[in-house]
Amino acid sequence: MKARYFAWVRERVGKAEEEIDPPAEIVTVADLIAWLGRRDEGYAHAFENPKIIRAALDRAHVKPEAAIAGAREIAFFPPMTGG
Amino acid sequence: MEISVQREDFDAAAEARRLTQGRGDIGAVVTFVGLCRDEDGQLSTLEIEHYPGMAEGEIAAVAAEAHARWPLKGLRIIHRFGEIGPGEQIVMVATASTHRGAAFAAAEFLMDYLKARAPFWKRARRADGTVEGWVEAKETDEASAARWSRA
Repeated sequence: MKARYFAWVRERVGKAEEEIDPPAEIVTVADLIAWLGRRDEGYAHAFENPKIIRAALDRAHVKPEAAIAGAREIAFFPPMTGG
Repeated sequence: MEISVQREDFDAAAEARRLTQGRGDIGAVVTFVGLCRDEDGQLSTLEIEHYPGMAEGEIAAVAAEAHARWPLKGLRIIHRFGEIGPGEQIVMVATASTHRGAAFAAAEFLMDYLKARAPFWKRARRADGTVEGWVEAKETDEASAARWSRA
């Protein structure tokens, strides 16, 4: 699946998007956040406070407990500040 | 087209006029325009990042919700991205209805929901050239959106 990062999540991870292939035991958005956070220092910094990370599956907002199976694109970003 | 996510500036008055053009059934138009503040001279520009595709989709969902809740005769939403200077326009919402109540309420609802749901992020650049950093979401924004939730 394609992972996309925005705002300071993107800056900390060091890239805007990438292909990821999480193992089968990674079931939910929260699992994926924990898995990504173990990759390296940048990811650890980006995902150090999972509670404030927002996620979207195929461009729709989802909660941390949402299942990621079947999604083509997952995005991670801070709380939104538009308007 | 009711919704635009664009880099370019817009003519809010012309957009509002277009809502009522050639119609005699509209009794109220409410136009809200959000501007970039200079923060007492501290801010030189705002950089607005967005999630292309999702931004349009979320605004469309919020617009559909407004249509479902109020008897609107027309609706126009524009949100800009990219670099925006103090005094420049960032966002506009215009609502048209038979009476003012629906137009006022829908415009406020749209702005509250847009702030809470549409994927845009602002970063401030200071007048001295340094990057101030990402603007933090306010808890009051979440509360403003939550008050429209149906029990």
